[in-house]
Amino acid sequence: MSGSGEETDDAFDLRCVLNGREVERRIRYSTTLADLVREEFGLTGTKVSCDEEICGACTVLVDNLPVSACTFLAYDARGGKAVTTIEGVAAPDGELHPLQQAFIDTFAFQCGFCTPGMIMSALALLQARPDADRDEIIDHMDGNLCRCTGYLPILAAVEQAQTAMRPQAAT
Amino acid sequence: MSAAHTPADRAFRYVNQSVPRRDGVEKVTGRALYASDITLPGMVHAKVVRSDVAHARLLTVDVQEALRRPGVLAVLTGEDITQLPSPRYGHIFRDHPVLAIDRIRYAGEPVAAVIARTEAQADAALQDVRLSYEPLPSAMSVDEAIVEDSTTIHQDTPAVGSFSGIEYGHGETTRYRNICHHNHIEWGDVERAGTDCARIYEHTYEFPLAYAYAMEPYVAVADYRSTGLTVTSSCQHPYMVRHDLAAVFGLPLSGVSVQVPYVGGGYGSKSYTKIEPLAAACSRKVGRPVRLAYSVEEAILTTRVAAAQMRFRTGVDADGRILMRDVEMFFDGGAYAENGPLGAQQAAERVVGPCAIPNVRVDSYLVYTNTAPSSSFRGFTATQPTFASESQLDEIALDLGMDPLELRLRNTVAKGEEFIPGARPLDGDVREDVRMVAAALGWPSRASGEGRGSGLATMMLTGGAKPVSLAQVRLHGDGSVTVYTGTTELGQGSETVLCQIAAEELCVPLEAVSVAPRSTSLAPFDRSTGASRSTTLQGRALLAACADLRRKLRDLLVEVAGVEASEVSDTDEGFLTTQGFYSFRDVLQAYYGVPEADVVGEGHVRQAGDLAVTPVFWETSSVGVEVTVDSETGRIAWDRLVVVGDVGLAINPAMAAGQDLGGAVQGAGAAFWEELRYEGEHLATPSLASYRVPRFSDLPGDVELLVAERQDGAGPYGAKGGGEGPVSAIAPAVVNALAAATGVRLRRIPLTPERVWRALREGRR
Repeated sequence: MSGSGEETDDAFDLRCVLNGREVERRIRYSTTLADLVREEFGLTGTKVSCDEEICGACTVLVDNLPVSACTFLAYDARGGKAVTTIEGVAAPDGELHPLQQAFIDTFAFQCGFCTPGMIMSALALLQARPDADRDEIIDHMDGNLCRCTGYLPILAAVEQAQTAMRPQAAT
Repeated sequence: MSAAHTPADRAFRYVNQSVPRRDGVEKVTGRALYASDITLPGMVHAKVVRSDVAHARLLTVDVQEALRRPGVLAVLTGEDITQLPSPRYGHIFRDHPVLAIDRIRYAGEPVAAVIARTEAQADAALQDVRLSYEPLPSAMSVDEAIVEDSTTIHQDTPAVGSFSGIEYGHGETTRYRNICHHNHIEWGDVERAGTDCARIYEHTYEFPLAYAYAMEPYVAVADYRSTGLTVTSSCQHPYMVRHDLAAVFGLPLSGVSVQVPYVGGGYGSKSYTKIEPLAAACSRKVGRPVRLAYSVEEAILTTRVAAAQMRFRTGVDADGRILMRDVEMFFDGGAYAENGPLGAQQAAERVVGPCAIPNVRVDSYLVYTNTAPSSSFRGFTATQPTFASESQLDEIALDLGMDPLELRLRNTVAKGEEFIPGARPLDGDVREDVRMVAAALGWPSRASGEGRGSGLATMMLTGGAKPVSLAQVRLHGDGSVTVYTGTTELGQGSETVLCQIAAEELCVPLEAVSVAPRSTSLAPFDRSTGASRSTTLQGRALLAACADLRRKLRDLLVEVAGVEASEVSDTDEGFLTTQGFYSFRDVLQAYYGVPEADVVGEGHVRQAGDLAVTPVFWETSSVGVEVTVDSETGRIAWDRLVVVGDVGLAINPAMAAGQDLGGAVQGAGAAFWEELRYEGEHLATPSLASYRVPRFSDLPGDVELLVAERQDGAGPYGAKGGGEGPVSAIAPAVVNALAAATGVRLRRIPLTPERVWRALREGRR
């Protein structure tokens, strides 16, 4: 963690765009993205579970690509890269994103610990591939584990959000 | 019966509706707080030094070098622990030291705790703690532990914890070594019945070591002060933890508070005391709040699922009626008792499944081994014997040339029938549930043999555990309501269900009901959150609290309005008197004269009346699966799932269905992939990299979730508990489907491709 005075670990100045805001922090090279958002910025929505890039609970977006924040170094977000966490998904006025609303509507969570990572992963997919079919959704989401729901309600949520996010057809 | 207010002629307003979850917005926005998110001012961090050997005399723990590391404030060792009023804890047997004192009993056992300003600093100092020990022979499995010349894992008989009625050690038999608990039950006469049987079958089934994998690993933030101890923990049973903390530190219960935010998964693995005493001891040592957070690897070393070897000897008459069952089963409990003894004890009764067997004899053993401790898991030792009993039913059916469905229907207990002496008669219609599954599958299977097959299984377990729960409901001056409950929110939706019940009973809008933060210092005692008991028992206590609230308001009205009690009649939203209508808030305003006064209703349940007989309810579920087997690779494709949840009445149907699906998938993990394996003294599967759990792509394309709502439970509106059913029934259903598909019978799970491939090659029958 920064500010703890470890002599052997040099620090650098990180500049990135976090949930739409330009931020700057002096942090150690060993700082992971999870450490950065949770410890430095108090954004505890990003959860750490397996801590070895397997479970996907810590998924955040870096320039719209999903990464495992537990292992991704904050250093690799330098140079003004856009980092998006679950806290940056809803609209500034608090209106829920269609994905978030869909997760509520389809009961796509129980304990909720995997949920931020699920939503970030799904968001990355729907932004890149708005017309992904079910097989593609499953293939993309396969890197996010859930122990509570049995997955099907999450698929239903992604598909509901997909429909809601399509541009409205002209009437 | 439950004293619900809802008149029979009014439709439910909130109950039996799939209302959105109370914790929904918090969880989808990342605002929901878990114990792992909690920080306190001045908080420091602890990390645990773990033993490298499975069994040893611990001689010295040298912390001098570690103390010199940057940021390190203190190092806690077993010597500090011996200074405590009770160095050992355990709700059944107090055999578990907070840190190893003079003995190491499993590789990975906590031996010291380094406390430093940051987590990284604590972590960096771990390697500088030097242990010296004398290795002892280790017993790494049941087979090694029970033989005469095995090493002795626990020398002394431990003190008993707060549970009663569970005897330590061998009981009447001394045939085996390292027995933590032995339960022997019998009724009828198994020997005589054996002579009446047309056929007797004897098979041994094996259930593996497994891991619950709650995605939030154990974490506790402890604050030990002169005014009392407060611990925030990701735990299921805060009152039990409080009890153990009070005993360990010699504190009055009034001086200990356990708080539980949202829990990131429990599944029984967070039942009972885990890391809280260690976190509290660290805080006491440094005089500051301490955060102790485990990794997944450490969580595996803290609590796992008991493996079981089960020998089932079952005798039938010429018509396939089961006349006798004789069972000997061994549970691999690991190094400490934890909840293992209760599991082994209860498993004994569960060997009958929901079958009416007139002659039964069971010996169920919990064995100490030098492995990570086992404790509760979802389905709580119904899972292991169910795997055996439901597998064997199919083996018997095949041998007799009978349809497995027909054999089950012939032997399954009828609703209302007593089938275990002294226990509650079966309150569910299991025969009908099994028929529902079979019908949904299109039984007899349209795909049988040539690599495709169907299988079905049913299960039951004793639901409700100990029926002691208290609840309070507070009516505020504006008519809104807060529920005070000790039931924790693990994801199962207890918070939402309790809001629905309170809104229903008090006829207030759902949005006007809140649940107070879960804290033992706020809410009255709730025994536990587990055994599928929350809706049923805490729900009943809440019903009683709502009725008490109405009574209290009534009394206040009589007093302030100066009317006779007989002149006041109850309506949904208030009272009708000769002076007109009073809403609840009108009563408060009239009585106190200020708009913000409130009144509290209290309710409880205990083991009396209709809850005198245990279990509180029989939790039962029936499942069916279809699989396709690739004989070249041994890989099994899971094509279809049907689940029937027999829940009495679903307070929130969407949540109930979610519990069934989630449980089925978790159970499928055990059937197809999940196994912890030891190689020598250490785990060969220490993390998720080697322990495979179900994923999106594993789900069958065809899933049908059915709910049986016959309002035949002891809970509110006839509800029963759910959530632990399918997890137990899935594995035998899959194994039965495999047998139908290939003719090959496996008596050991998980059904890894290698196991299946070998069995196909050997033509195992």
